[in-house]
Amino acid sequence: MARFWRSEWARLVLPCISLATLLVGWQLLVQGMDIEEWILPAPTAVGSTALDWRTELFQHSWVTLYETVLGFLVAVAIALPVSVLVVYVPALHYTLYPVLLALQSVPKVAVAPLITLWVGFGIAPKVMVVFLVCFFPIVVNTVAGLRSTPTSMLHLMTSMQAGPWQVFRRVRLPVALPSIMVGCKVAITLAVIGAVIGEFVGSEEGLGYLILTSTAQSKTALAFAALAILTLISIVLYYLVELLEKLLIRW
Amino acid sequence: MTETISPPMLSARNLSKVYPVRGGDIQALDKVSLDVPEGSFVSIVGASGCGKSTLLRILAALEQPSAGQVFRDGRPLATPSREVGIVFQEHVLLPWLTVLENVMMPAELYKLPREESRARAQELLAMSGLSGFEDRRPGDLSGGMKQRAAICRALLPDPRVLLMDEPFGALDALTREELSLEMLRIWERDRKTALLITHDINEAVLLSDTVVVMSPRPGRILEIIRIDLPRPRGPDTELLPAFRELTHHIRGLIFAQRQRAAS
Ligand SMILES: Nc1ncnc2c1ncn2[C@@H]1O[C@H](COP(=O)(O)OP(=O)(O)OP(=O)(O)O)[C@@H](O)[C@H]1O
Ligand SMILES: [Mg+2]
Repeated sequence: MARFWRSEWARLVLPCISLATLLVGWQLLVQGMDIEEWILPAPTAVGSTALDWRTELFQHSWVTLYETVLGFLVAVAIALPVSVLVVYVPALHYTLYPVLLALQSVPKVAVAPLITLWVGFGIAPKVMVVFLVCFFPIVVNTVAGLRSTPTSMLHLMTSMQAGPWQVFRRVRLPVALPSIMVGCKVAITLAVIGAVIGEFVGSEEGLGYLILTSTAQSKTALAFAALAILTLISIVLYYLVELLEKLLIRW
Repeated sequence: MTETISPPMLSARNLSKVYPVRGGDIQALDKVSLDVPEGSFVSIVGASGCGKSTLLRILAALEQPSAGQVFRDGRPLATPSREVGIVFQEHVLLPWLTVLENVMMPAELYKLPREESRARAQELLAMSGLSGFEDRRPGDLSGGMKQRAAICRALLPDPRVLLMDEPFGALDALTREELSLEMLRIWERDRKTALLITHDINEAVLLSDTVVVMSPRPGRILEIIRIDLPRPRGPDTELLPAFRELTHHIRGLIFAQRQRAAS
């Protein structure tokens, strides 16, 4: 019996079974209690609505996915060099880093309307919100990772007359890699939320916009379909980052 | 052994080291002087925390002494050098590199010719019983194998002197004895200048020409003992009355010091 629980079959199939049970239970609940569709649509209703609206859903998903991924990538591209500078330049460590830590505590959701005010409508303010929610977790984790190099490894490198670049590339960076990936995983889950918030504040496209308008018009099933796609995007992006982690960290 | 006029390969003069820490300074070393002549095997024994690793780092120019000086070939020492190989207390293999890549690290940093270094690395690994493990990561090796790999890495650039900080300290008694005997055999063949830090008195006497006994913190030198036991030595050496007298004497030195510190 113990072997069964550790088997590949149990790991893959059992979660599917519990998910299916949940959906069936939901369906029975809605039908049994005769709940109206605009309050809680049954899974089958969500499914058929999704099919009817598939072109719109696809277009809006594409917009949200684009904002999410772009914002995340810009955050990675800026956060990594900033972290390296904070770790290597003492002046920045005492000036810039405390400011970054303080800014990290600002609730980004509350800043979203201001960003729309400054950057205007279109895709830019959403990418900006995604960038903001992603940036800080990556910086904080990367800085911590780059600072955690064991002294013994630094001594090893110094004893072989390694220069600063070699120490960085051969030791500091690999030591920091797991932390960097932790930061990226936190960031990618926040990224989708950031994009939706950006869309809530003001937009004419994206899944966040679709949820807002469809609930306003009592098209609850459509809102659920959009929600399901958001969840799916979130999960897929997370697993892509985790896949990258597995490829990069092989020890 | 013939006396040489040339200065010792490595020598320390009145080394002191004070670590400023919160709640008062820690004096790790107090006026330590010692010589490591070319071609000799010197061991340092002393209680845990007496400053042995500190001394090794200073001799390797990884740390500066608070007072005193280190000389290599009679010249003041400023920076680490290719001529000094180091085996650290914890093997310090880089877990993301393969065993071969770890051993090749000095070749990369010193820009030694690639193919020659690779051949030498393979040869050192083979000599250490690590053939077939070249492409494994350190995580796949046992403790003893990791230490062997770390020694191979230190030997790769063919240093003139090897500094070893309790290379077998973390190993079980059996593996430890096996590796000591292996080291003895190899050293008696190559006679490379070596400094070994250990807390194993038998190991120190078995391997060394000179044993330096240190006091508990702050580390001072209690006695420098010449070991004139005949070479080649081996497991049987430990049966000699002279061997047992020497280890007994060293144990007495350290133990008396401990009792004094306790009272
Ligand atoms: N970087 C450091 N900062 C502050 N104190 C230190 C530092 N390195 C060593 N010490 C102190 O110096 C003393 C000697 O340490 P050291 O590591 O040299 O001892 P050791 O003889 O090698 O001990 P062991 O046999 O346990 O390895 C210890 O009391 C230690 O706390
Ligand atoms: Mg030590």
